[in-house]
Amino acid sequence: MKRMNSDLTPIQGLYRLAWLLFLAFVLHAPAQAQSYEVADDRGVSVRFDAPPRRVVSLLPSLTETVCAIGACDRLVGVDRYSNWPEAVRRLPQVGGGLDPNVEAIVALKPDVVLAATSSRVSERLRALGVKVVALEPKTGADVRRVIGKLGELLAVPGAERVARDIDAGVAAAAQSVPPALRGQRVYFEASGGPHAAGPQSFIGEMLRALGLANIIGPELGPFPKINPELVVRADPDLIMAGARSAGDMARRPGWQRLRAVRAQRVCVFGLDEVDILVRPGPRMPEAARLMARCVTDQGAREGRAP
Amino acid sequence: MTRAPWLALALLLLACLALAVGVSVGSTGFDSLRHALQDPVARQIVAEIRLPRTLGAWLTGALLGLGGAVAQGLFRNPLADPFLLGSASGAMLAVAVALAWWGAPAAAAALVPRLGLTGAAFVGALGGVMLTLLLAQGVQHTLRLLLAGVVVGHVLGAVKDLVTLAAPEVLAAMVAFMLGNTSLIGWQACGVMAAVLLPALALAWALARVLDGLSLGEATAHSLGLPLAPMRAALVSVLALATGAAVAQAGLVGFVGLAAPHLVRSLARLTHGPLVVLSALMGGLLLAVADIVARVLIAPQELPVGVLTAVLGGTYLLWLMYRRTRGGGGR
Repeated sequence: MKRMNSDLTPIQGLYRLAWLLFLAFVLHAPAQAQSYEVADDRGVSVRFDAPPRRVVSLLPSLTETVCAIGACDRLVGVDRYSNWPEAVRRLPQVGGGLDPNVEAIVALKPDVVLAATSSRVSERLRALGVKVVALEPKTGADVRRVIGKLGELLAVPGAERVARDIDAGVAAAAQSVPPALRGQRVYFEASGGPHAAGPQSFIGEMLRALGLANIIGPELGPFPKINPELVVRADPDLIMAGARSAGDMARRPGWQRLRAVRAQRVCVFGLDEVDILVRPGPRMPEAARLMARCVTDQGAREGRAP
Repeated sequence: MTRAPWLALALLLLACLALAVGVSVGSTGFDSLRHALQDPVARQIVAEIRLPRTLGAWLTGALLGLGGAVAQGLFRNPLADPFLLGSASGAMLAVAVALAWWGAPAAAAALVPRLGLTGAAFVGALGGVMLTLLLAQGVQHTLRLLLAGVVVGHVLGAVKDLVTLAAPEVLAAMVAFMLGNTSLIGWQACGVMAAVLLPALALAWALARVLDGLSLGEATAHSLGLPLAPMRAALVSVLALATGAAVAQAGLVGFVGLAAPHLVRSLARLTHGPLVVLSALMGGLLLAVADIVARVLIAPQELPVGVLTAVLGGTYLLWLMYRRTRGGGGR
């Protein structure tokens, strides 16, 4: 070192110093630019110095979205209800979104935890110095926004394309419904109780996209608990429900006289299919295809359409 | 009477043992304890997750045990539990409203994130008790207080149901709150609960004479020349603060408050002074053990601790009853 320095003339030394300063500036600048903030659904801004590499997701729809934008390999832990795609089933489970295991989450050393806005664990994790981004998609617009946000958060380019693919997929499914079968009045039972899917929910939006009418009015909210009488009075053309709640439908008072029940115009979805239908995320085209198939199959059975 | 100090010592020692076990078990097992000195994450798990949650479970249980002993003495009813005066339903309603308002654009909703669910539950618990006191027109009449508490409990519960019906998406979060959960307790929560427990315990100890007097009947208590009204009011505030603090941090952990005083009574015949203290220690131990079992039973996942307290405390109480009736029948 000493000998090298002695070889330098003062001018060369200055040049070298300038070069080093330049290098330092050039190398430092991107590091500065890389620090960014992401605002989550509760309005909390979370600061990141580098894109997160280790991600824990506590909501199935967020897990699916992370995978859909091509960041599945960054997931290191998921909640116990996340079951799609296949790869996430091998990941450590850290409890449910509402009863998560704080210790297991911290032990995974996540760079960021994705949680639902209503989850109580966010406050606790933040107190422990873990970065939490709370996102909760509830409508189709939310899904697009969450995709964009996750793309921004994980620094994945082309996340918008996933959102466009979803829209295109839903539109294609809508195209597959023959015009003769459009305009049917549908009752979609979101869960027993009975809770219906209203027009404001993403399921209701999808029904509208498929050209179907909803017997539930928008004034009742996204997933209202309804009086079974309401369904009897509305007498829907078609009923869609999950296997869990469809079982006792004909036994509900007055329901055996419903046209849809008498003509067996009831689509019962299996448990896997319900997962697809009730999660606002990248599998919405698949959900739309399930609904479209329900409509066309019922139509074909009655010879109303091909 | 001489058994009380030994019993207290035994309960404290067992609690220390529970604390030691609580620090060493969890979803990551002993590894975290072994590497706690080298690995910062393991150290964080031991020092900032396991230690505060075990201590927090003990503190929650102690608050509930204390509340149970005070409630049973105050109402002269062995079935009284600390949630009797409407604190549980008040807390639940407040949590439901906070959850439903979360993210709503209403002006009042701006308060919610600042208060947090914990703050909302505490305010709700105190509000429920206030409403009960208002309806009962003070604390003079035990029966009126009891009835008002039951009414407030049902009415606030119904309003909570209305809120959850209007916003069904909060239902799942409500269930999580109702099952009780000690896993989210941190050092700050421990500090809050300790700050409530110590003065509440001291006050209950100082006022235990009233409870002793009341156990002989209201008229006798009067004839003893005790200033009943202010002392009762003080005991009610002990009850409200203790349960409010516990509910806010850990949700509705059932049965500890009811069972702890009975467990203590089954071990020794005591006046209310030592009874309130020992019930607090017993409640703390019960919940600390339940918290550990909740972590171990289906590891690496966890059971909600409230489910376990009912099973653990309930079976022991049943066994006690069975033993006592069989013993009585044999004699």
